[in-house]
This record gives sequence, structure tokens and C-alpha cells, in this order.
Amino acid sequence: MSTKVSELGGASAPLSSFTSNLIPFVLRLAGLALIDAFSLMYMLPRLYNDGIWYLAAAIAIVTVIINVVFLVDDLYPLRWISPGLALMILLVIYPVFFTFYTAFTNYGDGHLLTKPQALQIITRELYLPEGTGTFKWTVFRSPEGDLALWLEPTSEGGTALFVPQDGEPVDVSGEPPESYQGYERLERRDIIPLLNQLSDMKFGVAPDQFKISSPSTAAQFQRRYVYDPEQDVIVDQVSGKVYRPVEGTFTADDGDQLRPGYQVVIGLKNFQRLVTSPALRGPFIQVFIWTILFAFFSVLTTFALGLFLAIAFNAPDMPMRKLSRSILLIPYAIPAFISVPIWVGMLNPHLGVISTNLEALFGWSPAWFADPTWAKIGIILVNLWLGFPYMFLITTGALQAVPQDMYEAADIDGATAWAKFWYLTLPMLLFSVGPLLVASFAFNFNNFVIIDLYNEGGPPISGTPTPAGHTDILVSYTYRLAFASGRGADLGYAAAITMAIFLILAIIVFIQFRYTNMLEEASENV
Amino acid sequence: MSSTLSRQPVGSIARQRRIALFWRLVLLAVVIVYALFPVIWIFSASINPANSIASQKLIPNNASLQNYYDLLASERHPYIQWMVNSLRISTVTSVLGVMLTTLAAYAFSRFRFRGRRSLLQTILLIQVFPNFLNMVALFLLLRQLGQYELTQWLGLDTHGGLILVYLGGVLGVNTWLMKGFFDSIPRDLDESAMIDGASPWQSFWYVILPLTRPILVIVGLLSFIGSYSEFLLARVILQSPEKYTLAVGLSLFIRGEFTQRWGQFAAGALIGAVPIVIIFLALQRYLVSGLTAGAVKG
Repeated sequence: MSTKVSELGGASAPLSSFTSNLIPFVLRLAGLALIDAFSLMYMLPRLYNDGIWYLAAAIAIVTVIINVVFLVDDLYPLRWISPGLALMILLVIYPVFFTFYTAFTNYGDGHLLTKPQALQIITRELYLPEGTGTFKWTVFRSPEGDLALWLEPTSEGGTALFVPQDGEPVDVSGEPPESYQGYERLERRDIIPLLNQLSDMKFGVAPDQFKISSPSTAAQFQRRYVYDPEQDVIVDQVSGKVYRPVEGTFTADDGDQLRPGYQVVIGLKNFQRLVTSPALRGPFIQVFIWTILFAFFSVLTTFALGLFLAIAFNAPDMPMRKLSRSILLIPYAIPAFISVPIWVGMLNPHLGVISTNLEALFGWSPAWFADPTWAKIGIILVNLWLGFPYMFLITTGALQAVPQDMYEAADIDGATAWAKFWYLTLPMLLFSVGPLLVASFAFNFNNFVIIDLYNEGGPPISGTPTPAGHTDILVSYTYRLAFASGRGADLGYAAAITMAIFLILAIIVFIQFRYTNMLEEASENV
Repeated sequence: MSSTLSRQPVGSIARQRRIALFWRLVLLAVVIVYALFPVIWIFSASINPANSIASQKLIPNNASLQNYYDLLASERHPYIQWMVNSLRISTVTSVLGVMLTTLAAYAFSRFRFRGRRSLLQTILLIQVFPNFLNMVALFLLLRQLGQYELTQWLGLDTHGGLILVYLGGVLGVNTWLMKGFFDSIPRDLDESAMIDGASPWQSFWYVILPLTRPILVIVGLLSFIGSYSEFLLARVILQSPEKYTLAVGLSLFIRGEFTQRWGQFAAGALIGAVPIVIIFLALQRYLVSGLTAGAVKG
């Protein structure tokens, strides 16, 4: 297709074909060069250096794809798709793989960094050795008030150094002069008022830092922890202790650990914890069951109400159909992040309009937020309001597609209204809106907004080590595990639960595709 | 169809119809009250100077716009900033998203190439797994990008990063929709343009795009609504209050002394809902036909 097109274009404009082909070609190469330079020369070395090899790999793959697509003429159609595709690979597909990987690691608080990043931090720590490598010091001061040290080695063979407050040390020689590089030498008597300040100051930039250690001597800081890549151990220069990596933490034989830890693959442990630890399994199963129930009852109640209204209002003599449809659409139009808090306010115990009216009528109102069961009922009720207009719309549409002659046939057979509904309308409807009901189930399965804004998943399930609540669904539970608990992030475990969500969604998709033969139909259409 | 009807004692059909209609209208009134009550109630709260949730009445005494003034002047809740953030993020996302999707959909609609079918199916499959499920991975990805100078503007707590994440999911949602629209435009149009010497790009730009402009606007507005209403990723990625979107910002109200700032919240909720409800009602025709087309497609 593409080659044919360019031949056509060339044939009709032979004179300008050279320039008209050349300029886009040069532009294309320039664009590619820019992308390649950014990705290969800027991002990859940095990511690799930080030990983020997986992201480096993803970016490398995307870069290669872009290059191939824009250089090989046969892949011309893909050029149109590549911008969106690149984003999709980096921001949807790569994260899925990364989540998968994370589920097998100890990623979480204390193990947030990669090994190279953790090593950088651990080996950053400096200490001031005693005795060896000391200097005699003289203070200099610049007109701006910045201080510097002139250091003469006390032992034989060392070189003298000039070290500004926040600058690189400079090699110098001999006795300190009157002035050096704009700095003036200070006399001993001028130093006395500065002594307190001086004894707290570090000179130079890490790791070449110096500090005054006595009224006459100064010393250079040394790295306290030295990493030995050969043996993969860290040696403490002060105590001589050796730290070996154990499950992502450098640990000494006496159990002493170096912080921060880093992420390592721990195999199936996260899944094992999920299945074997009673303290984790209990809440997980509870959350899992509620997720299914919540999604199921959300679909059931909204569909029931929507269908009832659709049947009731689907009469030709119904006045103001358009207007009433617009009004009924409003709950669906208001973003959930706005309408859920409104309901939370209206349900507020003792103060909200619903609670006060229930109390006035019955002398009692449910504990909409504190009681696990009533919180669940409250969420379903709020979701009913949010969702029934959608069901009303789709069932109204589907009802019009049910052939009228079937009802006439049923009338002749003397079917009751109920029988007509149960044996005719409902099956026909389910056939046509079934896929949308499954989609609605999948949507509610991950309906974070309503759960989080209603009560942040609460009331909490007591006696569990993870922050699970009675109304938490899997996705909000994952969120809490990863970001919102006071007990520290447990990203590996959160990823393991995300895998469970993926699995269930995959099953739903499978059902839906079987139901609708969507893929087959899609491929017929294309 | 009319279940109320057959239980009535036998009478004239016209009378039965009238009774049925009466009950339908009663039902309609009840449902409209049900649908609108929260909206009316929140409007009443917003013009009630008391600001507190307690003792709110449907028709407030001394109605005033005090809550709106207080909200917009509030230092603690930079509402206007949130609104601007939301509008900006959603606008950029929908414009860029429509561009990406249009390009892809055009290729899927007009070119025949190897792997086309499987690519289309992959895109369809992927949208089943919404990318907010990968919140941990996306969080870490942005944190990493934020560490380097050239990609800092895509890091955590940046609007660039949030838009990037939204754009990642955009292809899956809209490509199919858009491809369907492109398919409905006769191929003869762009083929004749190409015979006249137009490049694929020119035929796309001068022939297809002008014909599909209304559709692009609709897809853009739907995607605008989507990012405007998005809550989870915005909450994970944005960390400082002045960067919040409206969705994240408004949620601060229920975490604090909600009942004491009910009036201000109400004002904020109303202002925040208005643009979306307007878009929604304006698009109603397309929305309804789109939904029902899906429904009866079976």
C-alpha cells in the first residue's frame, strides 16, 4: 500500500520529487537522531547506573521499535501508530511486567532502592580517622567571609592542600602565604572568636572533606563503609566488621544491618504469605469476597432499577420523554468524586439530612460508616444512585430493539405480563446488554473512587498486620498497602494482590469474549 | 410491557391507559426527586451562610453567596488553582490523546499491513486492564524520571507526569471508536485524492480530518471528562496541594472537619460539576446512541 502511494505521488510531480522526498527524509533522520541521543546517550546510562535495568530495557525496546518503524519503508503504516504505541508500551505494558516482577521481590519500605542506589548511600558515610593522615592547619578568609584551610601534612611525604569551605581541595606547597586566591590569612588571635564555628565546619566537597580535629591538627574524612565488588561484601573501616547481603540487606554475622536495604527477588514468598499467614489470608479473603459481592450487587441493583424505569417509561404516550431522560441522566453526569462526598454528607450520622430524617421518623438511623454491614449497604445504595441512569439508558435502547411481533404472539398465546417479562423481555435484553453488564461488573470491581471517598475502606478490620477495612475492595486494599498505611509500604505484597486482580479480570474478559464473540466479530469487521 | 395494566379489572382500554399513565407519571415524579434531591440539597447548602451540615434546611434563611466567596478566597484550599489544574491537565490530555488516537485509527482504517489485526486486538484487550491498577509501577516509573534533569518535568508531583500516565492509556480506549468512524467514510474519497497526487498525510489532513471533525470533538470531550474525573492516579502522583486536581483537592474536604465546612464544600462541588454536566447533556445524543449501539450490537 505505502510504496504504491509514494510511487503515485512521485509520478504526478516528477520535478519536485527529489526535494519533496529529501526534506521529509532528512527531517525523519533528524528526529530519529534526537530520540536516539536522548534515549541511548542520556537515559540508558543513567538508568543502568542506578540499577534500573528493567526500565532501561523497556526504553531500549521502544527506541529500537521506533527506529525500525521509521527506517523500514514496508512498516510505513506503523509510523502512524508508533507515537501512541510507544506510550502504551512504556506506560501500560511495561508497568504490567514490572508489577509482575515486583510481586516476586521484597520491594517496600526499607527495600525501596536498587542495589547500586543503596550502595551509593551506604558508602557515602564518612568518618574522621584518628592519628593517621593529619594536617597542621591555618585559616584563610575571603572578603565575602568564606573560610578556607591551608593544610600542611604532619607526616613526611604528603602534599599541602588549600581547601575552601565548599570547594575542591587544591594542591599547594610550602608555608601558608599572606594571601592566596583572594583569601587573606587570619592570625591566631583572629581565629579565637571563630573557634567554635570552625570546629563544627567541614571543608571541601564529599568525599574529599576535612575537619579540624584539635587546636593544632586537622584530618581528612575517610569512607566508613567500603564495598568490595569481588566478594560482594561491605567492610566497616572502623570496626573491621564484614557485612554480607542477606535478602536485600547487608548484614553482619552478629545480625547488625546496614540501611537502606535494596530490592531482591524473593521468589514466591509474597504469594506464600498471602496463602499461609492466617493474619494476612483472613483479611485478603474478606476483601476478595466483598469485592465480588460489591460488584455483583452494584450491577444487580442498578440494572434492576434501570430496567424497571425503562419498561415503565417506554410507552409512546409518555409525555416529556426527552426532558425526563435528561433529568435522569444528571446523576450519571456528575463526576463520582463530587457526588460520593455529597452522599457522605447526607448520610452523616446525626447531622446529615438522611440520618436526621430517619431519626425523626423511626427514632433510629443506621451507623452508615461505623458498622461494617451498614457501611456496605450504604455503598451499594450510593452506587445505585450513581449507576442507575446508565442502566436506564442502555436498557431503554435495547428495549426498542425487541421485536413487537413477539409480544403480539405472546398475547395471542394468552401470556401474562409477568410471563412476557420473564420469558421474553428479560432473555432478549440479557442477550443484548449482557456484555455491557459484564463490563459494568469489571468497572465496579475496580471502583476505587466510591470505596475510598465513602469511608476510606473503613471501618478497619481489627487485628490484622495489613491496613484492610471492611469495605475495602482489592484495588483500594492494594492502594492502602502501597501508599496510604501508617505501617509502611509493602509494594511486593501489593503487587502480588494486583496479580490476583489481573487474574480475575482476565477471567471476566474471557467470559465476555466468549459471550459476545467480540474478537471474532472484531476481526470480521476489520 | 405494562405490567400494571393487566392487573386492573376489565374496563375500557382508554381508561386503563389513563390509569397506567397516571401511575407512570407518579413514578416519574418520584424518580426525578430521587435523582435530583442530592443536587438540590447541595445547592441549598451552598447558599446557606451557616456553612455547617447541622440544621441545614431545604430553603435557607438569609441565603447568600458567602460560601462561594469563602471558598474562592480560602488559603487552605486553593480551589481556583485546583480548577485550573484540572482544566489544564484534562485539556492537554484530551488534545494530545485525540491526536495520537486519530493517527493510529487512520492507519488501522486505511492501511492493510501485517500484524494489523493482532495489534488491534491487543489494544482492545489491554484496555480491560486499566492502567491505574499498575499504580505502584507507574509511581516508581515517575519517581525514576524525576531524578534526571531532562525528565524532571515528568516526575512525581508534576502535571507532566500525570498527563504522560493518562496518555499511556488513551490509545486503548478510543482507537476502536475512532477507527469505526473512519471506516464509515467512503474510501473512494481519500483514494481519489491520492490519485490526484496527495500523499497519505495530505489525504488524511485535507480529506478525512475535516469530515471527522465533529467526531474528534466528541471523542476529545469524552476523554476530557475521563481525565477530569480521574481520582486514583492523580492522588498517587500529585503530592503538594497546589498541584492537586479538583478530584484530589475536593477529597481533602471529607478528610477534615467535613461537617463544619459543608457549605464551602457544596459550593466547590457545584462549581466543579457544572462544566462536566453541561458537556454531558450537550453530548447526550451521541452518548445515548453510542451506548445503545453497543447494547443492541449483541
